Amino acid sequence: MTSKRALLAAGLSAALLATLVGCGKKEEPKKEAAAPAAAPAPAKPEPLKIAFAYVGPVGDGGWTFAHDNGRKAIEKEFGDKVVTSFVEKVPESADAERVIRDMASQGNKLIFGTTFGYMEPMLKVAADNKGVKFEHATGYKTAENMRTYDSRTYEGAYMAGVIAGKMTKTNTLGVVGSIPIPEVIRNINSFTMGAQTVNPKIKTKVVWVGEWFNPPKETEAATALINGGADVLMQNTDSSAVLQTAEKMGKRAFGWDSDMTAYGPKAHLGSAVINWGPYYVKATREALEGKWATGSAWWGVKEGAIEMVNVAADVPADTKAKIDEIKAGLKSGSFHPWTGPIVGQDGKEVLAKGVVADDKFLGGVKFYVKGVEGKVPGDK
Amino acid sequence: MDEWVVGEGRVISLEARPAQSNFWSIASPLLALAITVVIGALIFAAMGKDPIRGLGVFFWEPIKSTYALSELAVKATPLILIALGLAVCFRSNVWNIGAEGQYLIGALFGGGVALTADANTGGWIVVAILVAGVIGGMLWAGLVALLRDRFNANEILVSLMLVYVATYLLTYMVYGPWKDPQGFNFPQSKTFEKATQIPRLIDGLRMNIGLIIALASAALLWVFLFRTFRGYQLQVGGIAPAAARYAGFSSRGALWTALLISGGAAGLAGALEVAGPIGQLTPYVPAGYGFAAIIVAFVGRLHPVGIVFAAILMSMFYIGGELAQSRLGMPKSLTGVFQGLLLFALLACDTLVAYRLRVRT
Repeated sequence: MTSKRALLAAGLSAALLATLVGCGKKEEPKKEAAAPAAAPAPAKPEPLKIAFAYVGPVGDGGWTFAHDNGRKAIEKEFGDKVVTSFVEKVPESADAERVIRDMASQGNKLIFGTTFGYMEPMLKVAADNKGVKFEHATGYKTAENMRTYDSRTYEGAYMAGVIAGKMTKTNTLGVVGSIPIPEVIRNINSFTMGAQTVNPKIKTKVVWVGEWFNPPKETEAATALINGGADVLMQNTDSSAVLQTAEKMGKRAFGWDSDMTAYGPKAHLGSAVINWGPYYVKATREALEGKWATGSAWWGVKEGAIEMVNVAADVPADTKAKIDEIKAGLKSGSFHPWTGPIVGQDGKEVLAKGVVADDKFLGGVKFYVKGVEGKVPGDK
Repeated sequence: MDEWVVGEGRVISLEARPAQSNFWSIASPLLALAITVVIGALIFAAMGKDPIRGLGVFFWEPIKSTYALSELAVKATPLILIALGLAVCFRSNVWNIGAEGQYLIGALFGGGVALTADANTGGWIVVAILVAGVIGGMLWAGLVALLRDRFNANEILVSLMLVYVATYLLTYMVYGPWKDPQGFNFPQSKTFEKATQIPRLIDGLRMNIGLIIALASAALLWVFLFRTFRGYQLQVGGIAPAAARYAGFSSRGALWTALLISGGAAGLAGALEVAGPIGQLTPYVPAGYGFAAIIVAFVGRLHPVGIVFAAILMSMFYIGGELAQSRLGMPKSLTGVFQGLLLFALLACDTLVAYRLRVRT
């Protein structure tokens, strides 16, 4: 009996080692190929070293995965003119500054920090490394060598809402929220407003999990929403847990940040994806050509940064046509999801008829629109 | 004792050694480290990486320059302070698992004082921040002592659950009263004023006087444990509660002393962290130091000097794990693998110091 236990332990450790070996091998060829390729040609200029700090694991299938696709887009576009590297699961604590500072000291000239919590650490490192360009996602503080970028995720949320409004049978939608910052509240509102264009009876329930990446909590929240009557879910968290929960419980849901079809093929209604590639390629090109300047970028469908992909086969054709119409409008600039009249939860008009919300308005959204139930956390 | 049947009628069993070798009780952590290094090298080789370079990022790069050493100190300081406090608890047979919560409340109290500073505040505020941190940590640990003392509540459960309460308190404060009004509703306080910055040891490096405090605390703890009557009482209570009672040593006194020291140390670490490298209150203050310090305390044999070395080693694994990603493109999980290897090797070595393998036929 005891010998069985020993055998089991030996087997487990062997399996662990095998997994490790497997992981290493998979990553290896690409990495090793990138480095020596540039070395034997002394005539060519040194490749631009680019580093990424990720908050989650690349395997989260969502937020960090989407950023890593952007990194790969850089490699594909510029080949041996660049060398990229990343550090994943960097906590938004005192550790972030060390990781980012180390990237600068390793000769990286362009550094991307892909979560809000890196803002202060990046500012500190940027102040000491004037020759390095810093790109911070989702923040609001800039410096002469640090700029911000973000994507208009609300456009994806709005398109998801249109589909959800059509597909719900209970007229109740559910959103798993992460942290009640304007971006997330804006997405909940956009989702609801999109749904209301096809179904005025829509109610949206929200459960906040207080974190960006916590699959067990996201699962719990999704279950609570479904038990509360919601039959179409969206999430503003980083994992695929909500979609997987919907799949298990026979409801519908969306992919968020990246294409999540594979995580719940039956439940999947479409994925509101962020394509960081175009911005990353642009930033890299500017750095290579010496044209990089500080500022802030907010890209959407127009720039190819936001997409609604893999819309489910059972979504009616007229809804699909409406999505295409929205996309075309966003591209040409003739349509904006945040066009008045927009009415707040309390029935008061927050945006008058015909008025289009500017980015400042969108950046300060702290209220729910009519149709969203509950109240914004921290609100009195 | 466990027995393993290995076929052909042979049985391997563990037998207590009549006397433990003094040499090996000191050398076993070193042997464990050596085993970790060897297995680590094998893992690197199995993954197709140069083992020397692989080991280099874990054991050489974190100490190769002043900057690297400073970063190592930043990481090790809270671990040392918390683990020292925990050593007092564990030696007194008080199982404080909630150092993370005491650390958080210390950070919250220290941060609260730091937030009162304005542009004209003098450097004296650092003292107030640190004192507030100690008080906060003591208060949180004092709750555990009180519940144990008055209601005989299990301190393992109570201290652990208070970690969650502390986390929610921090969340409440950064989402509510202390949220930066200019912060676009992001859950974090404003960044602290310059005056609140814990004085740094060398200009331009993040290492601060926390390191000196931690090392001095290690020396103080050594004196307390091995050169004072109170320290002796605590340890007797831990090893042989009945004997301590017979000698008239108060177990209540031991409970309170151990928890207050431990809570104070963790709270101090929290205050040093928020007013040091972090510089504001965010929901990400809990970084797991309180739990990692439990491992540090045991790897360091609950001895002040051992703890300092164990904390440095653990920090090297953390930093090495990051470097292995950026230098070698290896997965983050390597940090966990190394920590696990070290603990496993240490436990195995300790077992063999106390017991020997016998093969009987």
